[in-house]
Amino acid sequence: MTNHEQTNPENKNLVEGRTGLWEVVIGLEVHAQVSSQSKLFSGSSPSFGAGPNEHVSLVDAAMPGMLPVINQFCVEQAVKTGLGLNAEVNLFSVFDRKNYFYADLPQGYQISQYKQPIIGEGVITIDLKDGTSREIGIERLHLEQDAGKSMHDQHPSKSYIDLNRSGVALMEIVSKPDMRSAEEAAAYVTKLRSILRFLGTCDGNMEEGSMRADVNVSVRRPGDEFGTRTETKNLNSIRFISQAINAEVARQIEIIEDGGVIDQETRLFDTSTGLTRSMRSKEDAHDYRYFPDPDLLPLVFEQSWVDGIKANLPELPDALKARLMDQYGLSPYDATVIAEDLETAAFYEKVAAGRDAKLASNWMTVELFGALNKLGKTLAESPVSPEQLGALVGLISDGTISGRIAKDVFAEMIETSGDPDAIIEEKGLKQVSDTGAIEAMIDDVLANNQDKVDEYRGGKDKLFGFFVGQVMKASKGQANPGVVNQMLKSKLDG
Amino acid sequence: MSVDKTTVSRVARLARINIDDDRLEPMAQELSAIMSWIEQLNEVNTDDVEPLASVTGHALPMREDVVSDGDMAEKVVQNAPESMSGFFVVPKVVE
Amino acid sequence: MTDLLKMTAVEARAALDDKSISAVELTDAYLAAADETQALNAYTEITHDKAREMAAASDGRLAKGEGGALEGLPIGVKDLFCTMGVETTACSNILNGFKPVYESTVTQNLWDDGAVMLGKLNCDEFAMGSANETSARGAVASPWTVDGDDQDYAPGGSSGGSAASVAAHSSIMATGTDTGGSIRQPAAFCGVVGIKPTYGRCSRRGIVAFASSLDQAGPITRDVADGALMLQSMASHDLGDSTSVADPMPNLMAGLEDGIKGMTIGIPSEYTMDGMDSQITALWEEGRKWLEDAGATCVEVSLPHTQYALPTYYIVAPAEASSNLARYDGVKYGQRVEGESLDDMYAKTRAAGFGDEVTRRILIGTYVLSAGYYDAYYLKAQKTRRLIQNDFIDAFKKVDLLLTPTTPSAAFPIGQKVTDPVTMYLNDIFTVPASLAGVPAMSVPAGLADNGLPLGLQLIAPSFHEDTLVKAGRVLEKAAGFTATASRVASRVAGQ
Repeated sequence: MTNHEQTNPENKNLVEGRTGLWEVVIGLEVHAQVSSQSKLFSGSSPSFGAGPNEHVSLVDAAMPGMLPVINQFCVEQAVKTGLGLNAEVNLFSVFDRKNYFYADLPQGYQISQYKQPIIGEGVITIDLKDGTSREIGIERLHLEQDAGKSMHDQHPSKSYIDLNRSGVALMEIVSKPDMRSAEEAAAYVTKLRSILRFLGTCDGNMEEGSMRADVNVSVRRPGDEFGTRTETKNLNSIRFISQAINAEVARQIEIIEDGGVIDQETRLFDTSTGLTRSMRSKEDAHDYRYFPDPDLLPLVFEQSWVDGIKANLPELPDALKARLMDQYGLSPYDATVIAEDLETAAFYEKVAAGRDAKLASNWMTVELFGALNKLGKTLAESPVSPEQLGALVGLISDGTISGRIAKDVFAEMIETSGDPDAIIEEKGLKQVSDTGAIEAMIDDVLANNQDKVDEYRGGKDKLFGFFVGQVMKASKGQANPGVVNQMLKSKLDG
Repeated sequence: MSVDKTTVSRVARLARINIDDDRLEPMAQELSAIMSWIEQLNEVNTDDVEPLASVTGHALPMREDVVSDGDMAEKVVQNAPESMSGFFVVPKVVE
Repeated sequence: MTDLLKMTAVEARAALDDKSISAVELTDAYLAAADETQALNAYTEITHDKAREMAAASDGRLAKGEGGALEGLPIGVKDLFCTMGVETTACSNILNGFKPVYESTVTQNLWDDGAVMLGKLNCDEFAMGSANETSARGAVASPWTVDGDDQDYAPGGSSGGSAASVAAHSSIMATGTDTGGSIRQPAAFCGVVGIKPTYGRCSRRGIVAFASSLDQAGPITRDVADGALMLQSMASHDLGDSTSVADPMPNLMAGLEDGIKGMTIGIPSEYTMDGMDSQITALWEEGRKWLEDAGATCVEVSLPHTQYALPTYYIVAPAEASSNLARYDGVKYGQRVEGESLDDMYAKTRAAGFGDEVTRRILIGTYVLSAGYYDAYYLKAQKTRRLIQNDFIDAFKKVDLLLTPTTPSAAFPIGQKVTDPVTMYLNDIFTVPASLAGVPAMSVPAGLADNGLPLGLQLIAPSFHEDTLVKAGRVLEKAAGFTATASRVASRVAGQ
């Protein structure tokens, strides 16, 4: 037993029930599709969007006598992922058959790994919104086949079966029951997805089903033994994971507080109601009769092969985050946001190159992300290139334009994808720092507002802002605000 | 090891094979006879014996990750008792 | 005509080369023989058109001097092998109507070497049986009868149709599969040669699976040379079967007549059982003398776990089968019985589709793998299997080959043993150990029992030593001088 299973005295996530506080215990099983060209045990394509049964080989359709042959790339990706999860790689592992009948399971069994998975225990660090981090244990990672798909809404009394996903390579990544809130579970999935994407082993695309999660939830009084858990299956977005956990926590607390007991069962999340419900088809007592698949042999490889993969691992989110904080002086929060995916980090590093790193981070995470969000575009579709945004940051830093003007220039950049220099030039937005010109404008403003000057000198300090505003207005916003402030002060007070 | 009717029912359910009620008792007797004959394995000392799953001493052969199969939807459903628009068709499944 | 049916495959192949016969002529003779002996029920389907078409193509290649090793030889295929466009059901109702869109690797190898397909041969349902009585296509009658009696005898199983057709001269050779003796036992019962090669020699791709860790294809032929010829073609390293072995098969024909002078042959003391036919014991002793006469030394060896092989097998094979047969669920192929729900459809389809013995083995397999029993049965069997394999490894440190009887008795009348599963299982007592160990073994017809039924002796070699196996088989064959022809077809083959 690891101390992960103890109640953390600093757990701030306790849930208030009618009868007192409850602690939530969450473990996740994430199914991540290996980014491969072909399936785990056959040469057909795992790609999304083909017509019914088009991406199906005779092996995938379980034709009599057709046999599985493993895809080496998928094995490598599992090892790579295991290394990315700081986990032990098992040089000897075994494929087992998990036997059960279901319409979308053509063999009548799923080839999976049971007692001897390819990857053992590991750990990842999750980043929470308040800037703190926590470690979450990984129990194991194993390779297995995906099942096909049943469609129940095409016909009143029939289900239609498409085996395109049958045999697609999945990595099932099982966490320890280390999470204590929906937020932590969301942070875990976010981090896991980042790691997989950085490694390139899974595209993390939850909408297309290449990553989905089964959520194990239980509640207990702080310090008690684990309660009975339920498993809510097949959640395909981080939002649904959070919603399903919160719904399940509320349901379980209510049942226990009403004197009931929790059934250990499989549940489904209904996206329309935001609630979970018992899964009727899985009510049968599970007896999967696992045994080593006699069509396959043990998976054996050398430590030197693992070492070779390890030597070529890319920079991972935690290392990147640390480097961003160290090299650019970013806050943990900003570093986490930027390190969430490789694309964002690469974009940021181009914006910040040789410039004010903090200013670059603000412009990217606040202005650019805000604008993209409004446009409904991804970073890859950004109308502003990292070089252009970097140039804008440079122009602010060297005083060519003010932050205020920069926002106008940025809006124009989003609109036209133009270079900031050109926009500034074209619209004559260059900041005026020429003291002679500014002094003339100040003199004009003061002469036209003699009554206010008197009031100010009579003690009404608040009017200073009015003078600044008038001067900026006269300069059409292009006067350097620092110079204006300084000169106004000396004229009025002097 | 005697196998009773309840066990036969449970196992038949797991194996998805209907067994008529009047066949349960005879089947239980047949399976009991077979299982008690198998019990002689208990005489064998297998302490510290590594289980043998395959006689082949080789490691698992692996294939290259290339698309070399599929694109034969018609052939895939050709032998199906019921199919529609390229799908296999089964009685409606309630999840 | 009759000369055509008398020729062995090796002889016929030579005659095809020297153009004294044509492939079409040979094939027509065998098609006629297959038609005329349909009462034996050896064939489930005779593919006349396909056979003639393939034979004509063979003649074309022979004319150009491009004939393959099996060019023009008409062979029968056990119904366990998937054959493209030709119904393949493993003699089970659950696969009724299934026409594979693919060809098994083994049969493809045969066609690639020029063989001609005569049709599909009857077998026990999913190869589960030792008398060919579990077939959904009906029992096969052995072409052999007891002197002065017309009762039908079992040809053995599961490759009963294959052994019967080779013995009946309705195919020149036939494919078989052997999981626990399904090639060797029917070969012994029918007075023909059957070889189970080393596990992994013949690809399992496209063969309907019974027990994956045991299933091996092999030839059933009229003599040892034909067996060597056919096995050479059947075997290949197949990337479509992860358990296929890469080790190249030695040239079996090259050293066939080399003899066994100087070899040491082990006589395992455990290969005996209560109630074993004394004629079998006598034949075994005679076989030992034949080998010694040929210059080999025979020594007693012990394979101490032999008696546990059968119960081990009856855990391992049903366990694997229970899982392998889960795919027959009425969704993708074969027959379906409609039901109110998916599960109801499954349970009705499988109840209607599987026969009693298959059902029994699926239930045993499901039971031994189910929660709470795995360690006591399945894991225990895997450990005993290791001990059985170790017995062979130890024995082959001392000897080149083992000599045993193939079966504890000669063939029995159809229907005699079907009521008692365990008695039926005992048929495989001498063949199962080599299956569990994965080592190659063959049955050679060595004599006739007093009642006129054939008896076989089994040779077992270390893994990958099929060359040693056929050499010794050839010695036994010559010494035994087995020339009898099955009583029911003797007159027809003799040309009356």
